[in-house]
Amino acid sequence: MVAVVEPTAVNKLEVDRLTIRYGDHVALEDVSFEVRENEVFGIIGPANSGKTSFLKTINRMDMFDSNMSFEGAIRFNGVDVSRVRNVYGLRRRIGVVFPLPVGLPLSIYDNVALAPRLAGQKNRAELDIIVERCLRRAALWDEVKDRLHSLGSMLSGGQQQRLTIARALSQEPELLMLDEFSIAVDPVTTMRIEDVLRELKKEITIILVTNLVQQARRLADRTAFFLEGRCLDVAPTEELFTGTVSDPRTRDYVEGRFG
Amino acid sequence: MFEASSLNRKNLRNERLVKASLGLMTGLLILPVVLILSTLLYKGGPVISFEFLFASPTNGMTTGGIFPALLGTILLVLVALIASVPLGVAAAIYLSEYAPDNWFTRAINLAIINLAGVPSIVHALFGVGAFVIFFKFGTSILAASLTLAIMTLPVVIVATRESLQAVPQAFREACWNMGATRWQTIRRVVLPNAVTGILTGVILEVSRTSGETAPIMFTGAAFFLPLLPQGVLDQTMALSLHLFVVSTQVPDMPEELPYGVALVLISIVLIMNSLSIALRMYLRGRKKW
Amino acid sequence: MTKEKVPARQDFDQLNRDWFIDKAVQVLVFLGGISAIVFIIGIFVFISREGLGFIFGDFSFTEFFGSPNWRPTSESNPTYGILALVAGTASVTGLAMLVAIPFSLGAAIYIAEFASGKKREFLKVTVELLAAIPSVVWGFIGLAIMNPIIIQTFNVPVGLNVLNAGVILGLMAAPIMTSIAEDALKAVPDRYREAAEAMGATRWQVIYKVVLPAAKNGLLGAVLLGVGRGFGETMAVLMATGHSINIPTSVFDSVRALTATIAAELGETAVGSPHYEALFTIGIFLFVITFIINLSADLIVRGVRKG
Repeated sequence: MVAVVEPTAVNKLEVDRLTIRYGDHVALEDVSFEVRENEVFGIIGPANSGKTSFLKTINRMDMFDSNMSFEGAIRFNGVDVSRVRNVYGLRRRIGVVFPLPVGLPLSIYDNVALAPRLAGQKNRAELDIIVERCLRRAALWDEVKDRLHSLGSMLSGGQQQRLTIARALSQEPELLMLDEFSIAVDPVTTMRIEDVLRELKKEITIILVTNLVQQARRLADRTAFFLEGRCLDVAPTEELFTGTVSDPRTRDYVEGRFG
Repeated sequence: MFEASSLNRKNLRNERLVKASLGLMTGLLILPVVLILSTLLYKGGPVISFEFLFASPTNGMTTGGIFPALLGTILLVLVALIASVPLGVAAAIYLSEYAPDNWFTRAINLAIINLAGVPSIVHALFGVGAFVIFFKFGTSILAASLTLAIMTLPVVIVATRESLQAVPQAFREACWNMGATRWQTIRRVVLPNAVTGILTGVILEVSRTSGETAPIMFTGAAFFLPLLPQGVLDQTMALSLHLFVVSTQVPDMPEELPYGVALVLISIVLIMNSLSIALRMYLRGRKKW
Repeated sequence: MTKEKVPARQDFDQLNRDWFIDKAVQVLVFLGGISAIVFIIGIFVFISREGLGFIFGDFSFTEFFGSPNWRPTSESNPTYGILALVAGTASVTGLAMLVAIPFSLGAAIYIAEFASGKKREFLKVTVELLAAIPSVVWGFIGLAIMNPIIIQTFNVPVGLNVLNAGVILGLMAAPIMTSIAEDALKAVPDRYREAAEAMGATRWQVIYKVVLPAAKNGLLGAVLLGVGRGFGETMAVLMATGHSINIPTSVFDSVRALTATIAAELGETAVGSPHYEALFTIGIFLFVITFIINLSADLIVRGVRKG
């Protein structure tokens, strides 16, 4: 295994010998690396490599699966996520975008206003500002500004995915995790979302799980390669593609020889 | 490979025969009931009038109206609803949103099925033993309504649970990932979409409780009460019990009166059930995702 | 969100109001969830409580289950044999099933396999409405309508008998049996039907040889539920069977069912008397029997309704 935790960098996330299990089956084994503040951290690798399980453990969504357990530590802002008392507070600081777009069966306005309302925001004028800001940043405002009262669940797939991003942004998260966000979305929307991510990098930290190797190359500062439950490489993205890698399989995957 | 046409014609004839006989059986199942209902309408219709519904019985129940019985049924149903709907909705929320897939949950589901399948007279015995005697409510609206509530609890639970489970899991997961608690997710996203299901359950409960006789016979309903009930600890008359008594135990009963009572009772039940069916159809058209 | 770095907040890990409310709701709904178990146990406990006096007193196993003499009000020698009552319940339920099963099955097959679109909707709605008719109304129908018909058609003196209650009970149980049977048939995957049709089978052959065998668990469950309903029916049976306590030798005999006995006699007993307690004991018996029937039906039907 690879990465050395650099003591001088500011780490948003520290992964320390993490092993994830579903019953007896090991989904991820002995993984360690750090994700630094304000970087886009890419994770690539074929299906069933443990990428999604990894994301689930970060915001403790493993609690909803009685079969899932993990050892080792994940530290978010230095706090061990398995020791937080208010797990909802933890999840509020982290935004997630899933592979399948989800528009909640509320109005578009209420979709984006949900997180602020849960945080206690009641002032209608404030909410208006937040909703517009998040929809603009998610590149959705122009298309929906005249029908904010219509159902979010009835939008097109690409629009629902941008709505999901708007919802995530409304949490004012420190960390945004995207899990193969472009699977069910057209190429134009994908490009627009990639532009959004490039802008966001200045303010928040982003973990980008993707099966599109080129997408990682376009967006990620550093990238990890997961294969069959192990993390084989963590390196600055360009090095993964052109420089030296610790495991030859990484180069094989990146060059499309399997996956 | 493709057989001679005579064989096909025979098969086709058999097919038509089978379809016709099955259709006939279906018709025979429905027809007697239609005839019976028409008879009720024919003989009981003339009895129904404004006075019939809103006046009290006179002459030892042989003339006059059925107002106290009607009122009594409404009171019993109302109190039963108050007792059973919050409990039933809570139980359904537990089963749909919280219950893990283990033997204990299966036991709960089994209990619900049995609660629905226990004979109504056994519910009556329970009501007597528990509410009339043990809790010392005496024969009262309270005892009768609580007995009815426990009897129809399964109806509310099942209708509510089905509408909760119809909400896709993806919505819940999206909310949980945002940091919403389970209750916040239920309150803001799941429950609002289950309201029509709850309403269906309520309507069905109203329909069932209005028609029940045995559970209220010994727990709070009585046949002839000179006064209207003043509070939940009083006894009351009820439509279903009224029908039972006027058709079996009152001498010199004019023939049409029981038909009238039966017609009122069955109309209430059928209207309620039709409402719930209409609600379901309306729901089907109004897709939200 | 401004275009500055979002600050890391260490204060997110506080137990707040939402956290406590969520925990409280968890407890409340759990209480709601176990309420069904509490009530079922409660029913058994409370009816046993009232009937226990009889069980430990005048109860004799052979007399209770073996003797047809139910004479609790006799002053000299009260007897508590329920055999005749069981025969009453069994004969009425048996006749009801004889009437209901073929018609319910036929109707279920017709609705599930042959009818379509509007006609199917109409039939399903009709069946659902029929199932909703209250028991006391059926009893009234037995008294006022079936009674004269039986007397005239068969030339018998009394029309309140096994035949009357059996037919009424059959008409009562049929709609719910049709519903469940239809669900069971609909749950058979279409690919079974398509495979058979591809081999040249006619519609009826497909049903007879493929669909019915595949659905037999659900159909059996429907029958069991019908039997359970028949066993537990009170008012309709009370009003339509007449009032003779005897083991029937023909369908024109009047009988008394277990449920009807409780309903007819409870009002006239003194609380705590042996008669009163004996009636509660019949209740315990009914509870156990219907529990077993419902348990078996559920074990068989489970999974069919969800399809």
